Amino acid sequence: MSLLEIENLAIALPAGADRPFAVENVTFSLHKGEILCIVGESGSGKSMSANAVMGLLPEGVTPAEGRIMFHGRDILHLSEENRRDIRGKSISMIFQEPLSALNPLMRVGAQICEVFEAHNLLTPQERMRRAVELLTEVGLPEPEKAVRAYPFQLSGGQRQRVMIAMALALEPEILIADEPTTALDVTTQAQILSLIEDLRRKHEMAVIFITHDFGVVADIADRVIVMQTGEIVEQGPAEDVLLRPTHPYTRSLIAAIPGMKERPPEAEGKAGSQESPVILSVNGLNKTFSTGGGLFKQARVVHAVNDLTFDLHLGETIGIVGESGSGKSTAGRCIIRLIDPDCGTVRLSDVELTKLSGQSLRMARSKAQMIFQDPFSSLNPRARIGRILTEGPIAHGVPRVQAMERARELLSLVGLDPSAVDRFPHEFSGGQRQRIGIARALALDPDVIIADEAVSALDVSIQAQVLDLLADLKARLNLSMLFVTHDLRVAAQICDRIMVMRRGEVVEMGPTAQVLGQPNHEYTRSLLAAIPGRHHEQAMRLAVASE
Amino acid sequence: MIRFILARLVKAAVILLAIMIFNFLLIHAAPGDPAAVMAGEAGATDEKFIADLRARFGLDQPFAVQLWTYVKATVQLDLGYSYRQSMPVIDLIWQRLPATILLTMTAFVIALVLGVIAGVLAASKQGTWWDTVISTLALLFYATPLFWVALMASLLFSVVLGWLPGYGYQTIGANYTGIDRVLDIGKHLILPATTLGLFFMAVYMRMTRASMLEMSRLDFVKTARAKGLSNGVIQRRHVLRNALLPVITLAGLQAGQIVGGAVLTETVFAWPGIGRLLFEAINQRDYSVLLGVFFVSAAMVLLFNLITDILYVLVDPRIRLG
Amino acid sequence: MLEGFKRFTSNKGAAIGLFILLIVILTAVLGPLIYSDSPWRMVQRPFLPPFTVDGLPLGTDALGRDVMAGLVHGARVSLLVGLVSTVVALVIGVPIGAAAGYFGGLVDDALMRFTEFFQTIPSFALAIVLLAIFQPSLFYVILAIAVVSWPPVARLVRGEVLSLRSREYVEAATLSGQSTFQIITRQILPNALPPIIVLASLMVATAILLESSLSFLGLGDPNVMSWGYMIGTARTVIRTAWWLSFIPGVAILLTVLAMNLIGEGLNDALNPRLSRKSR
Repeated sequence: MSLLEIENLAIALPAGADRPFAVENVTFSLHKGEILCIVGESGSGKSMSANAVMGLLPEGVTPAEGRIMFHGRDILHLSEENRRDIRGKSISMIFQEPLSALNPLMRVGAQICEVFEAHNLLTPQERMRRAVELLTEVGLPEPEKAVRAYPFQLSGGQRQRVMIAMALALEPEILIADEPTTALDVTTQAQILSLIEDLRRKHEMAVIFITHDFGVVADIADRVIVMQTGEIVEQGPAEDVLLRPTHPYTRSLIAAIPGMKERPPEAEGKAGSQESPVILSVNGLNKTFSTGGGLFKQARVVHAVNDLTFDLHLGETIGIVGESGSGKSTAGRCIIRLIDPDCGTVRLSDVELTKLSGQSLRMARSKAQMIFQDPFSSLNPRARIGRILTEGPIAHGVPRVQAMERARELLSLVGLDPSAVDRFPHEFSGGQRQRIGIARALALDPDVIIADEAVSALDVSIQAQVLDLLADLKARLNLSMLFVTHDLRVAAQICDRIMVMRRGEVVEMGPTAQVLGQPNHEYTRSLLAAIPGRHHEQAMRLAVASE
Repeated sequence: MIRFILARLVKAAVILLAIMIFNFLLIHAAPGDPAAVMAGEAGATDEKFIADLRARFGLDQPFAVQLWTYVKATVQLDLGYSYRQSMPVIDLIWQRLPATILLTMTAFVIALVLGVIAGVLAASKQGTWWDTVISTLALLFYATPLFWVALMASLLFSVVLGWLPGYGYQTIGANYTGIDRVLDIGKHLILPATTLGLFFMAVYMRMTRASMLEMSRLDFVKTARAKGLSNGVIQRRHVLRNALLPVITLAGLQAGQIVGGAVLTETVFAWPGIGRLLFEAINQRDYSVLLGVFFVSAAMVLLFNLITDILYVLVDPRIRLG
Repeated sequence: MLEGFKRFTSNKGAAIGLFILLIVILTAVLGPLIYSDSPWRMVQRPFLPPFTVDGLPLGTDALGRDVMAGLVHGARVSLLVGLVSTVVALVIGVPIGAAAGYFGGLVDDALMRFTEFFQTIPSFALAIVLLAIFQPSLFYVILAIAVVSWPPVARLVRGEVLSLRSREYVEAATLSGQSTFQIITRQILPNALPPIIVLASLMVATAILLESSLSFLGLGDPNVMSWGYMIGTARTVIRTAWWLSFIPGVAILLTVLAMNLIGEGLNDALNPRLSRKSR
């Protein structure tokens, strides 16, 4: 007997949305104690059915059809009051952003106690005692102290643990987790995932886990549902869906996962051999930030980049890998002088960038360009593509007509129609915008490109396309590249050498195969171990081998 | 917390010093002889008074010395002498200040309490006729000239209906004592305080409403709903508390406007505060009084700011502990 | 932008506001052609109530001057002061805010302390002191209003620039070799425009209120007939001729209301946060 039956669910979007229904014809069931993963790319409607179960659909979005049966009762059409009884008690939920999901003005303990209060359970003292017990169970250090903390005093992973404690308070039968690890670093993600596993086993709780990451799916799912533009395209046991996907969309998604596979040998050695001349040389680069200093306050000093030294050879790609706060992005920006380093030198070809300023810096910097993370904030929303691509060359004295001609060429080079010059950024999709960003970086004929999390904000299938484009351009134009990323799998695909950073320091650097295959440093090993989907990859390889 | 308040006090002191310098520069930037400016129009013809002023403020000395003398005098609360009223300016201000503090504080409290209540009501009944009525009223109050409302209110409630006194601070010649006196002043306070508070009530109402609606879209409200909390608790504990922060910030920023509004209200209602004093000083071209009142009203604004800062800290733990 | 305009005109409040403002503008532009005589001239005996004598629809004031003529000439002053002082305030506030937000650090600290100073001192009292010490003329009235109303502009622009300058397209522009001035004026400020436009329209309303308050206290230009002045002089006769205070007040109320409605409509049209939500 299944715990939850969703039958033929359709959810209507408000008028004017890009499609009439957020989800349509959604039918699935959830069994006691299982982890069901709903996977899909952004806009697939994967969160909507879960929100409908909780009765937490956004304003203007309404269920149009179907039933959600829980204990023989249709909870989709319950009154708000009856729904409140279920929420938090029988079904609870955790969210993606652990910071904004907690009330910033209330102590953590009080927020947990509220769950009991909402259902009129226990006395205030008992509630607080349970809150401490719950925080102990989810593994928060010093739970007695933690109940008195405010959310801003906890780290992202700790906040997500608090959310989980809150969701567990009344031993619900179902836990809905909406991308609960997406905002977390990979090592924290691994911890939270294993916590959810443990708790599900201990409490025999069913979990609906919503994610876009097939690696996560491979690690925890019992069953999988794949959604595309509001419809279920495939569902079944995790092993079947992952190893023997039937629907072409599922297959394309799985194929697009950047695996830890070694790169094809022809790419090795052809470009980026260390015998080619050094194009960028970084020596003893340092940057510290001090925050919150004031008349009556001690400033806090953070070493964002500590003594960074390396050489980038012509045609080579070096990956700078690290978790958030590791200083990897600051390093990239210091090299190109978007942030001024405290000390150290950066030589680009034969120019010492760190010595320049004003006009000479502006001129020299054209040889090093950057590709950015966020396809939505990396293009000026009020400028046409033509202007975006020509501003740089014009500032360097290229005549307007010629610059425009080049802009059209660049657009075809990155796989877009040259007519795009007359359009505005908002007319393009995320992946297309990223291509425009790449074209802009190429407009000044740079020697070195710094790509800052250039594919992190993209859906996995788009990610693969953009990575292919970058690899192709790199080979054709003999570019050298610094590839800043938090994702070791992405780095594995495109980098010749990898540099692992933690808290501003380089802990390990070496050829990609060595760093990923036989890491020297313990931190690199823990990063590698935390990558979701590793076991699946082995299974995949075995499956392929046995065929 | 104490550190925070100390930092604020230092900042307030710096601003006060800046205002002293500003006043000093104004006197010198004004057309005519600084001594004549300080003496005011009436005093400017009295040779002896002018000579006295020159000596007292060292007006024959170099500029820097003059500034130093001026600042030193101001810090010691020597704000000059009013030739018109034959009194030191500071004494005039001390006489009038309590009335102004009473008026502005009452107006501030009325505006904040009623404004927040109305804002909460409008936000929680968004889209209904409650919301429409409250929002329209707020829009009207927001657009009405303060002095005109004051005039019309005194005309209606005092002259036509005869419900409330529309003039002064207490009944002249009644010589009430004790509780009667308090009631009498209270009765005189109603019209000026409500008219002064009306505009700000509209401001706080609009801010509360907007900020409540904004907050209810945030994730932690969804969390609260996922816990099974009732809507009332969610609104009060989660939405309102967070929504109050921008309202308090705004109240702090607008403190200056309440003090400024007091000039108009006091003028219309003949309320014997420093605002009325300022109005009299304009008509008599009594510049020492003008600048003195200006200085003291700035100090009052700083006091208001300190209060709102403390309120903010009490509500937001991130500042207290961060 | 076109979409924004459609959203604006479909907003009922904004449409009403625009309608009222158009009437006021027409009055200000064409009115003085019809009432070409000086509004200071005595035309009839004093204290004629409205609608009693032909040709004097709103009657006469305490000195026998035509109230309608005063109202018409006052519209011109109110709009002129409102617009010009807002423009001056923008000219002061936008560069200060932009520099503070873009350069950060010490520049920001210095400029913001300066702004905070002007924001802390009671603005109305400051305007009074300025006008009392300098000669009350239209020029000084506008200057005084601008001097007390620029700080919110600087703060707003600073906040916008601060959030926009860390956008990746601004970093891209820096890398492409554009000058700082170009980056501020071509990349950042155009994107900060919508909230500035909204604030400016609300500032016009505030400036009109300020001007009327100043003239009410007798600090307006003595050669210019304004609504505030009309109320100020009628105040002493409010018991006998209440309409003399009432009528100009309604004119101020309507004009300010219109500006506020337009500001709100602009806000809804230019900052379409709600339409983004449905994404």
